[in-house]
Amino acid sequence: MQLLVFILASAMVLAGAIGVVVRSNPVHAALSLVLTLFGVAVHFVALEAHFLAAVQVIVYAGAIVVLFLFVIMLLGVDKAEDLSIEPFPVQRPVAIVIGAAVAGLVIAAVVRARDTLQEGTPLPADGDENVRALARNLFSDHVFAFEFTSILLIVAVAGTVILTRKEKRGVDQ
Amino acid sequence: MAAVVPTTTYYLILSAVLFGIGAAGLMIRRNPLIMFMCIELMLNAVNLSFVALAVRFGNIDGQTAVFFVMVVAAAEVVVGLGIIISILKRRPGATADDLAELKG
Repeated sequence: MQLLVFILASAMVLAGAIGVVVRSNPVHAALSLVLTLFGVAVHFVALEAHFLAAVQVIVYAGAIVVLFLFVIMLLGVDKAEDLSIEPFPVQRPVAIVIGAAVAGLVIAAVVRARDTLQEGTPLPADGDENVRALARNLFSDHVFAFEFTSILLIVAVAGTVILTRKEKRGVDQ
Repeated sequence: MAAVVPTTTYYLILSAVLFGIGAAGLMIRRNPLIMFMCIELMLNAVNLSFVALAVRFGNIDGQTAVFFVMVVAAAEVVVGLGIIISILKRRPGATADDLAELKG
């Protein structure tokens, strides 16, 4: 059963990821990204990381992808682009080789270390325990980092507003 | 079905493959929006391996790290899309190669 869930969720993740790369229409790519993000959320649930699964759906699939789609619609680039145009012909094969090499090296390292990783000790499968443990960790050990993320977010929002605002020329202040 | 339970190794292999697809996509595509989506793919691969290892070693710190990665990813997307909007409003249809002309 767990293996079945793993296989199905992995198929979602990989199909979505390949869709993001090969789809020529940006809207389709964004929707493929949603598929990947939901697959990762399913993996989080299977790993008993309930809070992160919820945040994954709300923040990634809910906010970030909607932001992507909003920008696509705002800019009117929701047309299929011609992927056969390639000004630099060696780029695609080289990129695929590099991507496969990165994945292959990491897989080789993981497979070599599989004896260390072998005996899985699953966390206590108590429904609320994950959220409680995460909250305790976040608000005790990492409370300063948590506060700094609020500063980061407010700076990001203010910076974006300044960046995209139309400047009024010829008017002081 | 045999009682094969997905171990941490499975999750790490999946996350490596996902990262590879994201990295290849980042280098293949020239639309800045799609390149951003590929960065999100790579961030998700890293998040998945963080959570798998946090569960394996029974240490909740990994899941806290994933929380911070998500916050930073949200901020990054906001700023990045702001930059993309201001570029593409000026030059519709610009690709990542055209952005080299911004310098100077």
